[in-house]
Amino acid sequence: MNTSNDVTQNAPQNLVASESFQRVQLARHERRPYALDYIQRIFTDFYEIHGDRSFKDDPAIVAGFANFQGQPVVVIAHQKGRDVKERQARNFGMPKPEGYRKAIRVMQIAEKFNRPVITLVDTPGAYPGIDAEERGQAEAIAYNLREMARLKVPIIVTITGEGGSGGALAIGVGDVVAMLENSVYSVITPEGCAAILWKDAAMAPQAAANMKMTAPDLLRLGIIDRIVPEPAGGAQDDWDTAATLLAEHLSEALRQVQQMDWAARIEARYRKFRLMGAVDITA
Amino acid sequence: MAWFKRQTDKLGEVAPPEERTVKTEGIFVKCENDNCGATIYRKDLKSNLSVCPTCGHHFRLSARDRLQMLFDDGQYTERDANIAPTNPLNFVDQAPYSDRLRKSQKQTGMLDALLTGEGRLGGRPVVICAMEFGFMGGSMGSVVGEKITLAIEYCLAKRYPLIVVSCSGGARMQEGALSLMQMAKISAALARLDDAGLPYVSLLTNPTTGGVTASFAMLGDFNIAEPGALIGFAGPRVIEQTIRQKLPKGFQRSEFLLEHGMLDAVVDRRELRDFLCKLLIFTGPAQ
Ligand SMILES: [Zn+2]
Repeated sequence: MNTSNDVTQNAPQNLVASESFQRVQLARHERRPYALDYIQRIFTDFYEIHGDRSFKDDPAIVAGFANFQGQPVVVIAHQKGRDVKERQARNFGMPKPEGYRKAIRVMQIAEKFNRPVITLVDTPGAYPGIDAEERGQAEAIAYNLREMARLKVPIIVTITGEGGSGGALAIGVGDVVAMLENSVYSVITPEGCAAILWKDAAMAPQAAANMKMTAPDLLRLGIIDRIVPEPAGGAQDDWDTAATLLAEHLSEALRQVQQMDWAARIEARYRKFRLMGAVDITA
Repeated sequence: MAWFKRQTDKLGEVAPPEERTVKTEGIFVKCENDNCGATIYRKDLKSNLSVCPTCGHHFRLSARDRLQMLFDDGQYTERDANIAPTNPLNFVDQAPYSDRLRKSQKQTGMLDALLTGEGRLGGRPVVICAMEFGFMGGSMGSVVGEKITLAIEYCLAKRYPLIVVSCSGGARMQEGALSLMQMAKISAALARLDDAGLPYVSLLTNPTTGGVTASFAMLGDFNIAEPGALIGFAGPRVIEQTIRQKLPKGFQRSEFLLEHGMLDAVVDRRELRDFLCKLLIFTGPAQ
């Protein structure tokens, strides 16, 4: 288990809760590599392309074309800001509808030119604001879920930091879905969950543990396919190694799904998500 | 989805005022609309499809009443009635999830928050799914996801149209990321329904928020809402807390969404059956 000093200071007493919440804090670590840090190290000739062709360009999502180990690909990712100014400009990595619409537009470009799609997920969630609601935040997310399910080209999804609910899933439907070792993925933030179910945001560590939001939890639940290792201590301490490990995973994942033809790939993608959930069939 | 849950769960735990009103065993019901407040004979309310005869306010319907209202002669056969929830995460907060499930099952007589019916609408075979708000705020866990997906797959096999009536605060926290994934699962199945050229009508009722809105409720060939329904991604309280401003009047109501281009139509419940019949005729003869 990776820990760092600033994390253990706030550790709650319950050990399981403590471990889960430490992962949450690592996933949100202010020195954790963000999408553009990975992109710079993993891809060559990355050119960003912008806009949803309808309203605006959303800086909370970056998209572009690039080379990955000699292969042309499309990259789509949430982007958080590093300093105060950039954080505000990128809205803390919380996309608005135009961000999701840019993402699917670029995926459809990938489809047209038969290029694989690589997405990196790192968001607290989709932005909850008046303008986002007016422009159809829910519709934008829903549309991406449906269209990603039937995209013919390979989609490789990696949760690199925070997988915040529908805002993460909206670029998170793919053939291989992996999580970095210290990333998290959940239906609601631990703070939000604690505030609702315990009426006490201080119960967030407990909520984090109960919701089972770490990479090993999600692997066990059949929600992700693979865990990508991080350098000892966590990605925040060694960006280059973190990027190398991620690149190794992407390379392997791409090779695996490119062996299938598109129809088999879409069928396998469907089956994968079709099996998610836990129900009892009674007599 | 992270943001509407606050509201959802409060509604789920304590019956909202309108629910208490409807459950009162008196002869009269007071209209929930504060600007109306009319005293209505319970019998009159029922015969008016639970719409206030004075002001047109739409009271919430149970999933059973909804199916009965929509199908021809109120006749339908329930499908997938044997699918029950589990407690996959052994989730406990102030009460164990298993206890919350049992309580909701007892209160509603349902195993979970969705009812699927097969029957006819305007003479045409159709499958209708209706969400039950009385079951943990209509929240979507694995059972809701599985039953809607099964309904879609059944429609694909039979070439039937599908109607889903939403009434939900969103995904169910107690099933963690498994409930989140139901959004992807249902949306993938809807892609197949779309590829097959089959009609899908989404009917949004009060309230439809969170992961339900951000998946199947917004993916209809036609997205239809009842008047005055709260519809959104984030819940109003979460938005207020985020932006620290009062929200404009009528924000996130059906009429607001219609104005902003998110809905095909807002239809009064008393005209809904006719509207849906016409819609199904438009989509072509039964295949
Ligand atoms: Zn009234």
